[in-house]
Amino acid sequence: MNKILVIAEHNGTDINGSTNKCVTCADNIPESEIDVVVFSQKGAALASQAAKIDGVNKVIIIDSDFNEHNLAAIIAPQIVCVAEDYSHIFGPSTTFGKDLMPRVAALMNTNQISDIMGVMNARSFRRPTYAGNAILTVEVIESEKIIATIRTASFAAAGNDNNADIDNVTLDIQLPDHTKFISLQSGKSDRPDLQTAKKVVSGGRALASEENFKIIYDLADSLGAGAGASRAAVDAGYVPNEMQVGQTGKIIAPDLYIAIGISGAIQHLTGIKDAGTIVAINKDEDAPIFEVADIGLVGDLFKVIPELQAALEK
Amino acid sequence: MGKIIVGLKRVIDYNVRVRVRPDGSGVETDGVKMSINPFDEIALEEALRIKEQGNADEVIVLSIGASESQQQLRTGLAMGADRAILVETSTNLDPLSITKVFQKIITQENPNLVILGKQAIDNDNNQTGQMLAALLEWPQATFASKISFSDGKAQVTREVDTGLETIEVTMPAIITADLRLNEPRYVKLPDIMKAKKKPLEIIAFEEFGITPKNTINILNTEPPEQRQKGIMVDNVTALIEELENKGLV
Repeated sequence: MNKILVIAEHNGTDINGSTNKCVTCADNIPESEIDVVVFSQKGAALASQAAKIDGVNKVIIIDSDFNEHNLAAIIAPQIVCVAEDYSHIFGPSTTFGKDLMPRVAALMNTNQISDIMGVMNARSFRRPTYAGNAILTVEVIESEKIIATIRTASFAAAGNDNNADIDNVTLDIQLPDHTKFISLQSGKSDRPDLQTAKKVVSGGRALASEENFKIIYDLADSLGAGAGASRAAVDAGYVPNEMQVGQTGKIIAPDLYIAIGISGAIQHLTGIKDAGTIVAINKDEDAPIFEVADIGLVGDLFKVIPELQAALEK
Repeated sequence: MGKIIVGLKRVIDYNVRVRVRPDGSGVETDGVKMSINPFDEIALEEALRIKEQGNADEVIVLSIGASESQQQLRTGLAMGADRAILVETSTNLDPLSITKVFQKIITQENPNLVILGKQAIDNDNNQTGQMLAALLEWPQATFASKISFSDGKAQVTREVDTGLETIEVTMPAIITADLRLNEPRYVKLPDIMKAKKKPLEIIAFEEFGITPKNTINILNTEPPEQRQKGIMVDNVTALIEELENKGLV
């Protein structure tokens, strides 16, 4: 029996879809029993949400004022307290999980697998290296706990029709006070979250200004899509960092990805290669993005996008 | 004031098209251009700026790896680091063992701050900073895009999925650098000459008495599945028709 503990990601109000994806990955492991742990401050509603995730055996909720913000230095030692009975401990390969899981592994004196993209068996997994240019198959030796982050773009989200038991747990543990949350500056947007959106429209450097990005947002809105960007567009200050798609930004797998004015650097392609259909619109017919696009259109985005927008709104 | 330690990893250059060896034993490294991991270069640039602003008095660059890593350390010295340490080993150490070497050096050197790149662009692990903070029981501020200091503490803005998060950590601390933290300086020829005279200490990995903990074995390395090139359309009408056929609009 493989006992798997999934660390829930949340924003204090909602469980993040990355948690459902970790559960799917865990479910791919044969003979597994999956528990989810929620670290929260007054998180009863979060625990109820987590208990709905299909495939979950039990939800453990650890409520404490210490857990108001998702600080790795605070959560990691608490995970160690509840880890003993588990063979696998999974967190999402989001900034939350990447910050947290290596700290957990080191506290337990073991190594960690980053970005699991496929399950071979209970101890063997596939993961990308070199910006996705070399895929490793790795195996964790017997006797060692398996601590890993899960590449969320590689797994579908588990459904929400379950009704798992919820266990309230209180830990008697001294937690450090060296780290203090100050603020979170977040671009307010009603658009779908990039990492779970079915459709995503992204813009690149060719948009040439923050103002011009409005045509990307408008197109995204008429498609009900999330809005993303290339690193070049973020570096140029046209859009905030949380919109960056690629190796060091978000790795996404929407059904439809529309890349507008994005040349297609390998680091960007790494972030979208699991997309269902990739559409590329670029005025440079030699842009590398066309090598991976399912549908390509060579043209001036400032002419093509308004035309596309008008046609979609008909 | 105090020391800053920066980790420098020798990796295949950012611009090289990486090729997997046909026998699945890894990636081709023969005759391939090697450089400082770009995130580590950003980490070093930040350390140098912190020193230049009077918030540190020594910057030490540390590499753990093969003898050839001296090249990257010399580049680090040319950028402006004061001295370098190479912990030499010909084996590919696991991240936890690398972290334990860092821990030992840090215990000897007693720095006020350690800045690492958030990940190395070869194995893309994104682990060492977090592991090091755990072993030292220090605070960590990963994915940093801005660092400032007041009241003996560091205020660090982090690039997270939801935006920009700012946290405050006591010192000493571990910070890992993200892309937008700064733009590293170019090395000038006179600095390269000067760097040759700066101290570079080489210590054998074996001297640390750390037994490598190879808990994860690599069974195979293969190239990724390639996406097939699709079709080109001539105009918006044809594009919409294709999308409608796929049920996407």
